[in-house]
Amino acid sequence: MYFIMTQQNFTIQTHNLSIGYKSKSEMITIAQNINLNLEKGKLIALIGENGIGKSTLLKTITGIIPPLFGKITLLNKSLQSYKPLDLAKELSIVLTEKLPPSNLTVYEIIALGRQPYTNWLGTLTDEDKIKIEEAIALTEIQHLVHKKHDEISDGQLQIALIARALAQDTSIIILDEPTTHLDLVHKATLLKLLQKLTHETGKIILYSTHDIDLAIQMADELIVFTPNQIVQDQPCNLIQTGIFNTLFDTEHLTFDASIGKFKIK
Amino acid sequence: MSFTKKQNLLFILLLVAMVFLFLVNISLGSVAIPLKEVINGLFSQEMSKESWEIILWNFRFPKAITAILVGTGLSISGLLMQTLFRNPLAGPYVLGLSSGASLGVAFIILGTGFLPTFISSIFLSNYGLVVASSLGSFLVLMAVLLVSQKLKDTMAILIVGLMFGSFTSAIVSVLSYFSSAEKLQKFTFWSMGSISNLSWNEILLLSVFVLVGIGISFMVIKPLNALLLGEKYAQSIGINYKKTRFLIIIATSILAGSITAFAGPIAFIGLAVPHMAKLLFQTSNHLVLFWSTLLLGAIVMLCCDTIAQVPENDITLPINAITSVIGAPVVIWLLVKKKRF
Repeated sequence: MYFIMTQQNFTIQTHNLSIGYKSKSEMITIAQNINLNLEKGKLIALIGENGIGKSTLLKTITGIIPPLFGKITLLNKSLQSYKPLDLAKELSIVLTEKLPPSNLTVYEIIALGRQPYTNWLGTLTDEDKIKIEEAIALTEIQHLVHKKHDEISDGQLQIALIARALAQDTSIIILDEPTTHLDLVHKATLLKLLQKLTHETGKIILYSTHDIDLAIQMADELIVFTPNQIVQDQPCNLIQTGIFNTLFDTEHLTFDASIGKFKIK
Repeated sequence: MSFTKKQNLLFILLLVAMVFLFLVNISLGSVAIPLKEVINGLFSQEMSKESWEIILWNFRFPKAITAILVGTGLSISGLLMQTLFRNPLAGPYVLGLSSGASLGVAFIILGTGFLPTFISSIFLSNYGLVVASSLGSFLVLMAVLLVSQKLKDTMAILIVGLMFGSFTSAIVSVLSYFSSAEKLQKFTFWSMGSISNLSWNEILLLSVFVLVGIGISFMVIKPLNALLLGEKYAQSIGINYKKTRFLIIIATSILAGSITAFAGPIAFIGLAVPHMAKLLFQTSNHLVLFWSTLLLGAIVMLCCDTIAQVPENDITLPINAITSVIGAPVVIWLLVKKKRF
């Protein structure tokens, strides 16, 4: 009975997953035996040292690169079996990189999130417009919608891109280091928004980050990527296991479990 | 997405301007035909002078139609390139398509000296040139396509296109060095571009190619809009990137290849017109840009041709000179203003 219930709650799972890159001559494995369960309505942060393979893991989960071994299931169906258009209806992404130069307004960017649902010319129906308005209301960016995308700040653009992902109406949103270019106030605002979205819309939001102390405070669960293992659990449980001290291979940092922060030795 | 009121107004203005310029283009030239007579001639086929009728149907009308085909085709291919390569300076030239065409024509005009006369005369006919330049641009396209399969980065394809351009122009230089003055002159005339002297059969053939190219372009409007967010986002909203890129490159090569074959390499139209459309309509929505680029391409090319045929005078300037004189300052102005492209 318990087993069936959990099966329904899991929206994305990895089974004995190995990630890395394959070329004709060689296979570079970055990590193996990854077993993750990302559940509905949870904000999940992915943390780990620079270059350890966070991006590779995110790319594999989003289907950009194929797994080396094992499999990923999305709503109990193999990720590989999704057609690009069907996958676009279940999984959306938000990246850190700048948009190419264009005349796009914030509204048009958000509207592009409706592309998986529109006809061959991209005509917006009334339903599309309702979804766009909902996304704008949830992210509270009504005052920005008519601005061009290069007239707004990095933080505002991040939020506009999140609104675009919301308009895409997917069960999962994956963000690659969304807080990187932001100051502390905007980091907090953005994470509060992500937390609100997971709890109000029941989406799974997975994001990678280097702001470990913020992730400990805000995320429902953490995925900790260390050279030896990849562990997923609630922040308080992870602190007790002492895994944060194995996160970085350095003598200069130590993790203070009492305040949940790193200190310089 | 539907058009706004302002956009609709601009479209009507451009359409009126295009029709007006079409008539003016036909009316002006070494022999001026009054506008009223042009309209009479086109619609009721009755004109007060027989010589005007001959000029209208045998020279001016086919030339005006060619101008529209060349202007629209090159401009649309420029629009596609700029979005695909996320580069405001991209155009059909950057892919090396016209260099390929030049190479084909150079081989025919400059290289046939090594062949017996009766064979070279076959190659040197107008159709021979068309076949050679189409073949040249098609071969460069296939080479670029092959390389692009290996490269994920679109900027790299851009550089590959430029390299093919240098490579082919080097071969053209070597060929020119060894050829006679007479042949060199013939090649130079071709490379200056010309939209007159096309027979109705050639125009029919050209319009088939241009319509196919523009038709394919219309089909990729939605993916083009997605590409405004970059390749990764486009894929994440369900766009098949490889297929889109293939369609865009095919459409561009059909347009640029066929137009260069018939009219010679025409500079700057493909680069400058999409920018004019973006500035005028202040949008990146390709549904709007598609129609506005079509109209503006026709307008600009008709304008350039009207200037090139120097009204009330017997001389005709090379069309390439006029498009460059207009196009180059537009590009420099755009760069200096650093407007959003």
